[in-house]
Amino acid sequence: MEFFRIKKDIPFMRHALAFNIVSLITFVLAVAFLVGKGLHLSIEFTGGTLMEISYSQAPDLDKLRAKLSQDGFTDTQVQNFGTSREVLIRVPLSKDADTAKVGERVITSLKTLDAANLPTLKRVEFVGPQVGKELASDGAMALLLVVAGIMIYLAIRFEWRFAVSAIIANLHDVVIILGFFAFFQWEFSLPVLAAILAVLGYSVNESVVVFDRVRETFKKKRGLATPEVLNHAITSTISRTIITHGSTQLMVTSMLIFGGEALHYFALALTIGICFGIYSSVLVASPLVMWLGVSREQFIKIKVEKQEAVV
Amino acid sequence: MNRYPLWKNATVLIALVLGLLYTLPNFFGEAPAVQVSSVKATIKVDTALLARVEDALKAADIVSTGLHADLQSIRVRVIDTDTQLKAKDVIEKALNPIPADASYSVALNLVSNSPNWLTSIHALPMYLGLDLRGGVHFLLQVDMKGALTKRLDSTGADLRSLLRDKNVRHSGIARETMSLVVRFRDAETRDKARGTIADQQPDLLLSDSQDGNADAPLKLIAVLKPEAQKRIQDFALKQNITTLHNRINELGVAEPIIQQQGADRIVVQLPGVQDTAKAKDILGRTASLEVRMVDDENSANPAVMAQAAQGILPSGTELYSERGGRPLLLKKQVVLTGDRLTDAQPGFDGQTQEPAVHLTLDSAGARIFKDVTRESVGKRMAIVLIEKGKGEVVTAPVIRSEIGGGRVQISGRMSTQEANDTALLLRAGSLAAPMDIIEERTIGPSLGAENISKGFHSTLWGFTAIAAFMIAYYLLFGMVSVLALSANLLLLIALLSLLQATLTLPGIAAIALTLGMAIDSNVLINERIREELRGGNTPQASILAGYERAWATILDSNVTTLIAGIALLIFGSGPVRGFAVVHCLGILTSIFSSVVISRAFVNLIYGRRKKLAGLSIGQVWKPGVTAGAATK
Repeated sequence: MEFFRIKKDIPFMRHALAFNIVSLITFVLAVAFLVGKGLHLSIEFTGGTLMEISYSQAPDLDKLRAKLSQDGFTDTQVQNFGTSREVLIRVPLSKDADTAKVGERVITSLKTLDAANLPTLKRVEFVGPQVGKELASDGAMALLLVVAGIMIYLAIRFEWRFAVSAIIANLHDVVIILGFFAFFQWEFSLPVLAAILAVLGYSVNESVVVFDRVRETFKKKRGLATPEVLNHAITSTISRTIITHGSTQLMVTSMLIFGGEALHYFALALTIGICFGIYSSVLVASPLVMWLGVSREQFIKIKVEKQEAVV
Repeated sequence: MNRYPLWKNATVLIALVLGLLYTLPNFFGEAPAVQVSSVKATIKVDTALLARVEDALKAADIVSTGLHADLQSIRVRVIDTDTQLKAKDVIEKALNPIPADASYSVALNLVSNSPNWLTSIHALPMYLGLDLRGGVHFLLQVDMKGALTKRLDSTGADLRSLLRDKNVRHSGIARETMSLVVRFRDAETRDKARGTIADQQPDLLLSDSQDGNADAPLKLIAVLKPEAQKRIQDFALKQNITTLHNRINELGVAEPIIQQQGADRIVVQLPGVQDTAKAKDILGRTASLEVRMVDDENSANPAVMAQAAQGILPSGTELYSERGGRPLLLKKQVVLTGDRLTDAQPGFDGQTQEPAVHLTLDSAGARIFKDVTRESVGKRMAIVLIEKGKGEVVTAPVIRSEIGGGRVQISGRMSTQEANDTALLLRAGSLAAPMDIIEERTIGPSLGAENISKGFHSTLWGFTAIAAFMIAYYLLFGMVSVLALSANLLLLIALLSLLQATLTLPGIAAIALTLGMAIDSNVLINERIREELRGGNTPQASILAGYERAWATILDSNVTTLIAGIALLIFGSGPVRGFAVVHCLGILTSIFSSVVISRAFVNLIYGRRKKLAGLSIGQVWKPGVTAGAATK
């Protein structure tokens, strides 16, 4: 079986401008959603109490809400989680002194509602205000470290032009994933952040594989113009790109299907990341390299250094 | 031509055998068990204890499927949970005849079912995080300011007795926020006091002061030196951790985790705890004990009390209420604190048969107590129990005579349960500084099991789908890739078991994701081999070139993924850290398995054949045009 029977190099670079304009529009839209709607941050970042409660029969959510507001819990969010018998309740932080006890108070309040259908507490998460702030800043630091680390590595291993274009292409993925989360108001939690950083490292791979080919083609084949080299590199790796991402996506899809609510947004972030990762690291990063003025001479020099260094 | 030297084959074989060995315990599952550990530092877990446990079980006709003893604990494995509960009761009764004076903590636990020879080579099942096994996680913030004010308060008391002993007359010692202020009538006394204090209290930094006009009293201001502050804070944290250990031991939790996190935080994880409210109550309670004198004169004066209720207090006093709500004015000066306590036991008052708590003081405490009671016969003394920053006078008896020997009894309107709880809290030691819960996660046991099965099924079906695709697409080479991927999973789980890294649900997700990403290396290799074949190379040369050319790319792409993983490891906390650990380990195992192990398999299959006509890597389609020419 062979999926990709490509007779000649596909002229990707001819449409470079179009790809980048599409990217730019998606990027601008994502930023607009991020600014306009903002992220729906989980309580890990905002602080507050989250409870997962299960009932033997599906409860009436409106009654739960009414009961909670009657008992003095303001701004609570009550929603179904997975099935209609599972309920997720979010209580924001209040100025109240004993915020750590909110979970117990909520469950006591709910137990008085209907004696025939008693709630069972499955999970409570309480996060104090100081922890939330730290998590947000730690997340930002992690992102910064990943970006810096990858750029330095690529600059050493290849060339600064590659480093810059790979990081631009992949950061734009990150922004687009965030844009999706803002647009649909999906919950942005710590595992989602982990997924985004993992997918950032992963889609940089993609650029690395293409760049590797670019370098090789420059060295091997004389007399090719830069766009032709890029076209050849992309064409000869496209089969591997699709197969690899397809395989990873098989795993992620399995997580989406079997992983339940707990892994849902994690898998969703990965899915978006993988799809846009293919697009951006191949069709956005390569034109950027071209426009930054990559040329054969840069690699002939590197080749000489390499031989001394490696052999 | 594609043959590994012997050492390389041996490495692969050893890695696989070790991987299998250390993965093995995960397949045996867990059996219910009863865990016995010592609560007191003086009592060790030894073979005599093991014999006692055995005898107790034999007497009750309970069959254990294995007794396991190590330095910290004894674990008794039983058949089912019913036997487990029965065994716990039997052992509890045998080891702790008086429940109030428990020397051992007897807890329910799960132990690995794996055979003893595996356990003896430290092959243990993966350590499951709370989200997989259920339990409670707390992050506690230690109030360091509280620790310092507490220290200043007791230093204030020390200064009072010091100046009295040296006959230095002062006109009052008080704590004003973070400093102690000693007032004097004349400069000469102040100089004398300064010398004495500087001599006896090296932790204090002294300075002179006087408010406003020249007639105002002279003041000596003492603050804690920075290094002393740091020492006190470190000590407070350690003391709190010890206290938490003691309290949790009393709760009977198997394998609790109590660790320092950062400069002023403590993580507490109690796996398998069902009654979270009780756990939280015991942990969150910051009970400490203070003994103070009652300001009898003012307390008996209704006019003063009425004013006090409105917040206007006579100087040097604080308003507390007795059990039952009667207000009482106490002197600010603390006679004794809970630090001087060596034991607290619930019991009954010898005369009234009321529930009571019997306290035993250490020698310094006993001396202070004796002095104070001798000097204050006929006055009232209040025993204040401070919980969550709020003090309550448990009892305020009149001192009839000097009390020596360091034995004190608290009684007064307590129920038996309250007496038990109070004794437990006091016995478990007081906290050196108050603490607040700033993060809490409680996971029910059913949710934990659900999470395991979800994580397992995601990985299983994802793996199956990838395996099916790879074999269909690359035939024999696909099979080799799948074998390499299985080896990767095996090594990863073995590594996680060996390191006893905590496996969480995000960790399982990381296993799945790592497998999904690891196949990339094999795809790269297989595509390269096909390409070489397409270019007209011989099969053996294609294998060689395919692996060699792909190697650089594989390394590059894994390094970038590893950078992201390490960043997560450094900055991640909680669920993210669990993800990052597995992700990073997975990248390392995947490089090894997809390159070295898969090559070993390929060598085994093709390496020895000299005349190889073709490779089973799926159809290699030849376009018949070379690159470059086609683009024109």
